[in-house]
Amino acid sequence: MASYNLKINGKEYKTTVDDDTPLLWVLRDHLGMTGTKYGCGVASCGACTVHVDGQAMRSCVLPISTVANAKITTIEGLSEKGDHPLQLAWDEVDVPQCGYCQAGQIMSAAALLKKNPKPSDADIETALSGNLCRCGTYHRIKEAVKLASKK
Amino acid sequence: MQHSRRDFLKYTSAVGGGFLLGFNILSPKRLDAAVVSADTEGAVSFNAYLSINADGTATIFSPNPEVGQGIKTSFPMIVAEELDIDWRLVKVEQAPLDGKRFERQVAGGSGSTPHSWKRLRQAGATARQMLMEAAAKRWDVPLSTCTTENGKVWHKASNRSLTYGELAADAAKLTAPKDVPLKDRKDFKLIGTSVKGVDNPLITTGKAIFGLDFKKEGMLIAMVQRPPAFGLKLKSFDASEAKKMSGIVDVVSFSNKVAIVGKSTWEVKKARDIVKIEWEKAETLESTADHDRIFKDLMVNGKPEVRRKEGDTEGVFKTAAKVIEAEFQCPFLPHNAMEPMNFFAHVDGDKCELVGSTQNPQSHRDQVAKALKIPVENVTVQMTRMGGGFGRRLNGDFVVEAAELSALIKAPVKVIWTREDDMSGGIYRPACRYRFRAALDKDNKMVGFEMRGVGINAGDPTRGGNSFPVGAIDHVLIDSVNHKSPITTGPWRAPITNFLAFAEQSFLDEVAEKAGKDPVQMRLEWLDKAQKSPVGAVKYDIDRFRKVIQLVAEKANWGKSPKGVHQGFSVYFSHNSYIAQIAEIVLEKKKPVLKKVYCSVDCGILVNKSGALNQVVGSIVDGLGHAMYGKLSFKEGAAEQNNFNTFRMIRISEIPEVEVHFVDNGIDPTGLGEPALPPLGGTVANAIYKATGKRLRQQPFVNEETELLEKLL
Repeated sequence: MASYNLKINGKEYKTTVDDDTPLLWVLRDHLGMTGTKYGCGVASCGACTVHVDGQAMRSCVLPISTVANAKITTIEGLSEKGDHPLQLAWDEVDVPQCGYCQAGQIMSAAALLKKNPKPSDADIETALSGNLCRCGTYHRIKEAVKLASKK
Repeated sequence: MQHSRRDFLKYTSAVGGGFLLGFNILSPKRLDAAVVSADTEGAVSFNAYLSINADGTATIFSPNPEVGQGIKTSFPMIVAEELDIDWRLVKVEQAPLDGKRFERQVAGGSGSTPHSWKRLRQAGATARQMLMEAAAKRWDVPLSTCTTENGKVWHKASNRSLTYGELAADAAKLTAPKDVPLKDRKDFKLIGTSVKGVDNPLITTGKAIFGLDFKKEGMLIAMVQRPPAFGLKLKSFDASEAKKMSGIVDVVSFSNKVAIVGKSTWEVKKARDIVKIEWEKAETLESTADHDRIFKDLMVNGKPEVRRKEGDTEGVFKTAAKVIEAEFQCPFLPHNAMEPMNFFAHVDGDKCELVGSTQNPQSHRDQVAKALKIPVENVTVQMTRMGGGFGRRLNGDFVVEAAELSALIKAPVKVIWTREDDMSGGIYRPACRYRFRAALDKDNKMVGFEMRGVGINAGDPTRGGNSFPVGAIDHVLIDSVNHKSPITTGPWRAPITNFLAFAEQSFLDEVAEKAGKDPVQMRLEWLDKAQKSPVGAVKYDIDRFRKVIQLVAEKANWGKSPKGVHQGFSVYFSHNSYIAQIAEIVLEKKKPVLKKVYCSVDCGILVNKSGALNQVVGSIVDGLGHAMYGKLSFKEGAAEQNNFNTFRMIRISEIPEVEVHFVDNGIDPTGLGEPALPPLGGTVANAIYKATGKRLRQQPFVNEETELLEKLL
């Protein structure tokens, strides 16, 4: 057990957990932020995607000890009022079916748009190929990313 | 943790505790105005589905579980249409399980909308009528001079209007009228339009509560170690080391499993990894190679059960000019809902509270009551949003397990399945093998048709044996054989037809080719035959069938595709809806590449156009992914794939263009959550045949033998 001061969504959080606890479970179990989802635990589905110093990372395989000093952004902190262009586009295009994977999809897309504000189809496919959607909303995900990139 | 708990408690009290005076819409009776929820002041209940708030908004309760099919948006749309209220004035709440006020609170069988369509309309229309009556009384004008528009009652002659909020208290005191006329379809303002999912803002900000997100004060977390192979049972376990680990509260054994209970998910998972468990063999430990042998043996030597028989197939095959035969096989499939199984249970004496992601809350409540030997009235179920289900959450095993554990440890507990638990834990799409035989006469007419299905715990793998073209063929024999296995199975999106349709539609394509006929034309000829001289019962609507075939053929320019574009066709009737598809494949560097899928759909009236499109396109992606890659194999009773790094799922870079056309015929809605999936495998396989000359007879398409397809997507 160790004590950590974490910088998440612009706020400081203090928590005491085992060093090997994945960031995902710290967020969900210890800090009450359940927007980041558990899907596989082996970085193969992308449901747990967060930003660590601006990079899209799979929080299910990130031991808390490795991100103690990093700036972490979760879906809850992507925008203050839920009005990030991607969040608005996701609603506009009516992307979600079950909705479970969508926070991870949006976080992967947000990291892409930050680096590449006008991505091509191929860029979107590459950036989001690590995010599974079991409902098959991929067409609308692409459409929403493109819509957001035009704003 | 605090904020989400409080939010949830507020939500449960609003829906569970405070809604005092619901009544069954089918037995209207006088009711008094009642405050429906603690946080909506002045809300007046009209019936189980809706209340009108003092501010003129309406709260519409959606009783069916939301699994991604969009019911939480489309059900309230139906009520709002007949209530005649602006959609922006509608608030939607998920209702809990309540068998007294609602019917069929199930997400399964693509049956929610067909079942509730009239009921929901009646609920809205009855409330609207009562609001008009209240206004007529207040103004002292004839009811017939009152109209409604966007949440107001109007008396146009005197240019007066009152909001529903201003009328609600008076209106709800009136006797609910019976058999209120429903809107004419041409007057629909909301039904048939595209309405965004009501939970979109919550989903896109991470605030939507799924089962795995639900928390309650004092709740413990548990993981359960179940037998690692089907056919094993618990022999002994040693949890002495695990119990010493931080955050661990208890390790207990029940129902042939070991449960590790603690304070947080990670701590529980780590402790489970070090519990020493010995298993022993209780039944046969089957491997996929055994199943292959069993299939082949039962196909020839099994004692089949006849599902449908017309005429004399034995005779007709003896005299046939041509006999065509082919066999098809599919593996087991896990459902792989993105949210792994989990459930919250709190057993307190003879009461039990259940919360989580369930497709079938009433059945699960009943199973829990039975397992705990307590009255069903003492069990409550709250449904959260589900992170997918695909049929897996129809099965109550994971709910009963949570309740049994809570009873054992006498504490509120959430049982969490890891992905590995979920994928290796059973209730799979059953593995099946089919053999088809067709007898053609000298004029290349199919006069005999045989199908034998062999399934592993598949129930009836022929689904009654009534699929088209049965009804158009003079001599038919459809039968099935079952192998009982320790590997558990259950419904998987479009049960049975998810593979049966591929087998049938691939075979019929082969029949058309051998008969020298166009596959589309051949289907249309059979439909003519079924119409003019049906053979036995015809369980499909011939005109609806014909229409989707013609529509997709027209939209895709069937038979006139440009050089190098290879088209494949299939059509299927399931869940009372009709779907026809055409796939287009081109060869790039000699590899087939799927470019486009055209799809025509007749599911009757569309409620939410955006939601309907999402279901159809999603079903096509789902069908494609599983036809291409889906395979769960077994070695001595244990699943060989247990996570997404070994079980391949379709990804965003692998989707073809999809074009969907709906038939507009005004028929009451039929199913839509499933029917676009079954035909897809055949559509694609038939196009692959055109492009490559290779008939695919197994799923997944991508395996050792079909390496050439690696590049399809």
